Amino acid sequence: MSTAQSTDKRDTFYNFAFFDEGSKREIRRATLKAIAIPGYQVPFASREMPIARGWGTGGLQLTLSLVGREDTLKVIDQGADESVNAVNIKKLVVNTTGIDVTEDTEAATLIQSRHRVPEVPLREDQILVLQVPMPEPLRAVERSEQLTKRLHAERDYSGAYLMLFEQIMRHGRVSTGPDHPVEVQDRYVMAPSPIPRFDNPKMDHSRALILLGAGREKKIYAVPPFTRVKSLDFEDHPFQVEDVAGRCCRLCGATDVFFDELFDDATGRTQYQCNDTSFCHQRQDALEAADA
Amino acid sequence: MGYVAVKGGTEAIAASIERLKYERYKHGTVLDAGQIRAGMRLLVDQVMSESSLYNEAIAALCIKQAEGSPEEAVFIMRAFRSTLPRTHYSCVIESHTMRIERRISATFKDIPGGQILGASYDYVHRLIDRKLATESNDDAVAWLAAWHAAALGSDTDRPARNGADGEPAAQLPIGELPKVLDYLRSQGLMKTVDDDNTPPVDVTKQSLSFPASRSARLQVMTRGQTGTVTALGYASLRGYGPLLHPAVAELRVGLLPVHIPDPFGDQDDDEDSYYIGQVRVTEVESVVPVSVPRGAGHSDIEFDIGYGICFGQNETKAIAMSLLDQCLEDPNPAHPTHDEEFVLLHIDSVEATGFISHLKLPHYVTFQSELDSARRSRLAQQASSSDREVVVPTRGSR
Repeated sequence: MSTAQSTDKRDTFYNFAFFDEGSKREIRRATLKAIAIPGYQVPFASREMPIARGWGTGGLQLTLSLVGREDTLKVIDQGADESVNAVNIKKLVVNTTGIDVTEDTEAATLIQSRHRVPEVPLREDQILVLQVPMPEPLRAVERSEQLTKRLHAERDYSGAYLMLFEQIMRHGRVSTGPDHPVEVQDRYVMAPSPIPRFDNPKMDHSRALILLGAGREKKIYAVPPFTRVKSLDFEDHPFQVEDVAGRCCRLCGATDVFFDELFDDATGRTQYQCNDTSFCHQRQDALEAADA
Repeated sequence: MGYVAVKGGTEAIAASIERLKYERYKHGTVLDAGQIRAGMRLLVDQVMSESSLYNEAIAALCIKQAEGSPEEAVFIMRAFRSTLPRTHYSCVIESHTMRIERRISATFKDIPGGQILGASYDYVHRLIDRKLATESNDDAVAWLAAWHAAALGSDTDRPARNGADGEPAAQLPIGELPKVLDYLRSQGLMKTVDDDNTPPVDVTKQSLSFPASRSARLQVMTRGQTGTVTALGYASLRGYGPLLHPAVAELRVGLLPVHIPDPFGDQDDDEDSYYIGQVRVTEVESVVPVSVPRGAGHSDIEFDIGYGICFGQNETKAIAMSLLDQCLEDPNPAHPTHDEEFVLLHIDSVEATGFISHLKLPHYVTFQSELDSARRSRLAQQASSSDREVVVPTRGSR
């Protein structure tokens, strides 16, 4: 796409990608440090954004600091490209950069996502930016930031394991929902952001660089490509993803993906459809093409 | 299934934004930002203070755009602030150079320079003034003319000053009034400290780390949400702290001159600096009686200082901030108001309102994952209760 077209779409009242260049450089500097120390939460001077704190401002700051004129952006919110917040974030990036957006996971160079890793495997030339509400995996066991920082420094993760152990005692099994803590490259325990457990294994040895940004909590952290990411568990209670066995998508027939659960008023039955909407649309299009 | 799993979100959002515009336009009349600046002085002050950006015109415009919601106006202003390059830091401002518009002390009746009441709602009854329903711009102009004429006709300074026994106080220049606390210091009742001119941390350039420096704490508090700062200050006063009764030694409202160093000259030479304007602030120095052990079971009462300052006239916030400043100087895990992580991490308007409002975002994936856990733990529970006699009581895990 030509540069002239890009400029047309862009609101020139603001600098390219909203921030002044100094701010973008500062965020990239924190990002480089995060990549150099996998899983370590790097504090950064998180800026206030035109989008609310808690609505993806950490991810958005990463995206804006990284985006160039040649990039193609995809934004998903809980699996959907058309969700209100995904649309909103895309609109802001387009208004301030004029770049192209896409729903096609494979066509995107930069993917910002809230709480899902796409079903389509990512490549080396792609960057996945995850939005993070609570970056501190130890917050549930220690409320003080000063102390959790020390626990990480001393690699004292007994609290995280104790939390899982207590769940086994109470519920008979580990009962984490999304955001099941992971250990990165045998060093830092990290909150993978509230992705379903189903997506945790996709982080392990991911070909794409994964960046995680927490705007309100002012932290950036990263999983560099081909890095070991292991979900915390015990030998006798191995890590388990959400149960998707026996389910298939009512629209495209996909199995072994993460599903949205739908309740059909008419029949009173529970149905399932792919949570990753662009993945589902592509499969439907392929099916239609095959039929024709 | 709501607005996420379906196509058409974009159109729905566009329609919602139109509807928002309709709400602002529906009465067929719009506010002029100049009117907001003129008639909503204290809201403009509050928004500038919480935004940590001093610009009345922009604040007024943001208030207009936000239909008067302070949290929205602050939000817009903060986002704008993020796009501004930081080209200069001001020289150190000595707050005693303030051009005073109001100055009161609650600790001493007769203070050098006198009490200057200035403009305040403290001395009015909060009764609805029905005349305001019909007043016009002409009324305002006529009143102003009469007021100016009366002020010119009298010998006294415009601010109403009161000395002891109702006698006019000694007329000191309004920019050089001594601080009330200096009196306590001269009496040896308060520690004297040297000026600390180490460059302050900039909390908007460097994220807060703990333990926080006092400069970082004061910055976070001065941009805190007015209601939250007030509520926490109130809690410290009411019993969530060691019940001490602080007093406002001095409250000042006035204008502080701002200088920046000559960008091409010596950065430390104040003589070479440029005057770039003035900011109106509220400044509070509170005194808090504390017991200082002197050994052999004996202790003295000494006074601690609490410092509060914020953009514009916002006295409750500045006083509450001064209380919290003193609380945080005396950390105590037993009291939330003495816990800096508790206070500093929760008083920011943009952060608090943002995270609360994110609960409106779809949580379909995260909830689905929770649901899976809940269902499986039920199954595990049923299986184990048939095996075992004792059932471990279930409790929420998150």
